[in-house]
Amino acid sequence: MRNDKVIQVEALTKQFGDFKAVDHISFHVEKGEIFGFLGANGAGKTTAMRMLTGLSKPSSGKGTVAGFDVLKESERIKERIGYMSQKFSLYEDLTVKENIRFYGGIYGLSKNQIEIKTSQILQELNLSEVGSKLVRSLPLGWKQRLAFAVSMVHDPEIVFLDEPTGGVDPNVRRQFWEAIYQAAELGRTIFVTTHYMDEAEYCDRVSIMVSGKIEALDTPDNLKETFKAESMDEVFLKLAR
Amino acid sequence: MVKVFWAFVKKEFYHILRDKRTLLILFGMPLAQVLIFGYAVTNEFRDAEIDVLDYAKDETSEQYINHLQSSGNFRVRRILASQNEVEEGMKGGKTKLVVSIPENFSEDFYAGNPIKIQVVTDGSDPNNANTLVQYLTEMTQSFQRLKRNEVPNPYSIQVASRMMYNPQLASAYNFVPGTIALILLIICAMLTSLTIAKEKEIGTMEILLVSPLSPLLIILGKVAPYALLSFVNAVIVILIGFFVFEVPVLGNTLLLLGMCFLYVLTALSLGIFISTTVKTQQEAMMKSLMGLMMPSMLLSGFIFPLASMPVILEYIGKIIPATYFIRILKGVMLRGVGLNFILFEVGVLLVMTLGFLLLSWRNFKIRLE
Repeated sequence: MRNDKVIQVEALTKQFGDFKAVDHISFHVEKGEIFGFLGANGAGKTTAMRMLTGLSKPSSGKGTVAGFDVLKESERIKERIGYMSQKFSLYEDLTVKENIRFYGGIYGLSKNQIEIKTSQILQELNLSEVGSKLVRSLPLGWKQRLAFAVSMVHDPEIVFLDEPTGGVDPNVRRQFWEAIYQAAELGRTIFVTTHYMDEAEYCDRVSIMVSGKIEALDTPDNLKETFKAESMDEVFLKLAR
Repeated sequence: MVKVFWAFVKKEFYHILRDKRTLLILFGMPLAQVLIFGYAVTNEFRDAEIDVLDYAKDETSEQYINHLQSSGNFRVRRILASQNEVEEGMKGGKTKLVVSIPENFSEDFYAGNPIKIQVVTDGSDPNNANTLVQYLTEMTQSFQRLKRNEVPNPYSIQVASRMMYNPQLASAYNFVPGTIALILLIICAMLTSLTIAKEKEIGTMEILLVSPLSPLLIILGKVAPYALLSFVNAVIVILIGFFVFEVPVLGNTLLLLGMCFLYVLTALSLGIFISTTVKTQQEAMMKSLMGLMMPSMLLSGFIFPLASMPVILEYIGKIIPATYFIRILKGVMLRGVGLNFILFEVGVLLVMTLGFLLLSWRNFKIRLE
């Protein structure tokens, strides 16, 4: 199963004036993989992610996402990826159902498909009873899982999660990671950035960015061995130093 | 494509209908503004209190004082005894104007001798003072005609003036076009910049940009509901003007509506432009209030005439869209002109709209690069 490279990047670079925010990064992500994209604030994570999701044009280098060129075919890429940011990306003044319908609508799903998806999501997340309630009234953990489900309303091949668990308590974070595992089991590729080093342990493979470059890329266990560290936290500290 | 657009517009209507603040701005503000301008802000005076210093104290001076009061504009508050008391009432803010009638008024009046009536007004309120002096002059002239009943002197120049297009000098003729210009600007520009800034603030803008929706469609979907609502608002204000304040629509109705639509587009493009320069709703609010509301209200010729402003302000006034729209409205509504009379103004608005759209597009591109 794990032989398709859904993300493949070579010497991808983003330059703002003299400053190289992302400096010749190369890596690939396999289908169904949970790929952790780590780095301190300002290391270039967000910029790299923006290039992969078609929000920003690379200055040089090349790459494909879901089989399409990041330079020329960003529109095609957008149809095949899901995206969720740490801000949860739902409309608080819309009900749960309205949010699902809206996002289904903008991804061009038919009325029928939207109906099916809506009941499916509500059932899976046990939200059937609050389907007609405003998102504002839901607890944070529910909102977050709903946002994750909504980001996959169009069955994307890859889901990009930009610090999805920022500012959430550990219990909710664990629940959220369960949802991520479920999605990965369905063959979906998860590309996730995070601050929390304990979460890095949950990933299949992890890359660590330091000032625009990828300094390490391997499975969490291999990384710990290479850097002779007890935890990912230690690995990260050794690299960042 | 149409379906996606519809999904977007529907969602936008949910936002509007569920936000009390937006609803208030949308429907409360136009009504409040029209009614405030219509009923409260007016230059017409009723029963302005005046003091009279009557040195003559004869029959004619009494008749003159009565004549002044007969107009309904003035009411005599006090008869003063000496020159020393002139300032008193004015300092207290009660008296707006003091008329002083010279000795031998009756005699000189009927003998045809020149008479000087002294009028003292409260200059701390210059607009009102001017209006009151005008009233008084008019009443004095009519008194003269009434009492002397003589043929006008054949050697003097008589000025016969007539106010075309607004014979009664009703202030509604000015404020209805002005209010439409302001309301459309506020609703279109402020609310669109707010709503786009809101999506940025809560992070949904990013999601929309990552989706296959084209940026153009996102913007169109966001502004379409506001365009529709503000257009409805313009029509409401025109109707209130027509039925409540009797402001006529002499020109072609279709042309008028078309012009409103053009201005809505200009205001929307301005709103979009503002939204590309801000990150938060608060910023958007500040920019549209300070950058649009204030100048449009003060420098568009709505309240103060452009021609009498210092050169710099006059130039600022000339880059404000409302200036041109008010001219168009007055032309079409009050003077009943056709498109050929307002081509210049229409051209300016078109160029402005295009300019704002281009600027927004450039800002947007830079952000993506």
